[in-house]
Amino acid sequence: MEQIPLEHILLLSAVLFSIGVLAVISKRHAVVVLMGIELIFNAANLNLVAFSRHDPTLLQGQMFSLFVILVAAAEAAVALAIVLRVYQYFKTANLNQIVTPEK
Amino acid sequence: MLFYLFAILAILSAAYVVLTRNLLYAGFSLLITLLSIAGIYVLLFADFVAVTQLMVYVGGVLVLILFGIMLSSRVHNKSVLSESVNKVWGTLVAGLILVGLSYAILKANVASLPWLQPSEVDVLGNQKSTVQSIGIKLMTDFVVPFELASLLLLIALMGAAYVATEKQNA
Repeated sequence: MEQIPLEHILLLSAVLFSIGVLAVISKRHAVVVLMGIELIFNAANLNLVAFSRHDPTLLQGQMFSLFVILVAAAEAAVALAIVLRVYQYFKTANLNQIVTPEK
Repeated sequence: MLFYLFAILAILSAAYVVLTRNLLYAGFSLLITLLSIAGIYVLLFADFVAVTQLMVYVGGVLVLILFGIMLSSRVHNKSVLSESVNKVWGTLVAGLILVGLSYAILKANVASLPWLQPSEVDVLGNQKSTVQSIGIKLMTDFVVPFELASLLLLIALMGAAYVATEKQNA
């Protein structure tokens, strides 16, 4: 099996990263912003795994990406819990309509 | 070639996450993105990472996101669409990031870096899967991060459960 050129993997992860940034900037529903953050995580992971292929002792990048996946899972759980609380409190998950009431 | 199929699938479905206004469609096209990234991991000799991606992302995070969509997408019994704001500035910033990154990647000429050369052929050697060496590394070199990760997961679990519960007298 021939090797996939490293540039192509890096370019794919650059595209995924910028799509994630676009989702974070241009979407106003909190869950979609979280999806953009997940896309950014995946782009970073793809780079780690791609470089891990060239690691002589192998697997340092893969170990790192495993921990990234783990932290991303913890982050998603806490963030969605916060989104649900915010939704119950403000009756909306739209980030532009969430304003703290005046004291 | 399989990699380009997965790459095109990942890019198209990731773009659909941004383009669609229906939240549920966005969630399901994120599913396709995550699946094709898992396929790319397999092609990059990272079988354990691919399976972890399937189990944690597709089986866990995506189900959480779908729950989040279903529990938070109704306002006064109207289903909410995720409208786009800042379209011009968002596209501009994302496009600038993409152009900058692509320029850097193409300029860096990574394939000719000296430290990438030695293990160019036969990456896995005589072992057929990375599971065994990942297990050994987790118990030797990476044992402190491994234990810290278990602590972090416990904290995240308790914190998420505490934050999400209804408080009667709060």
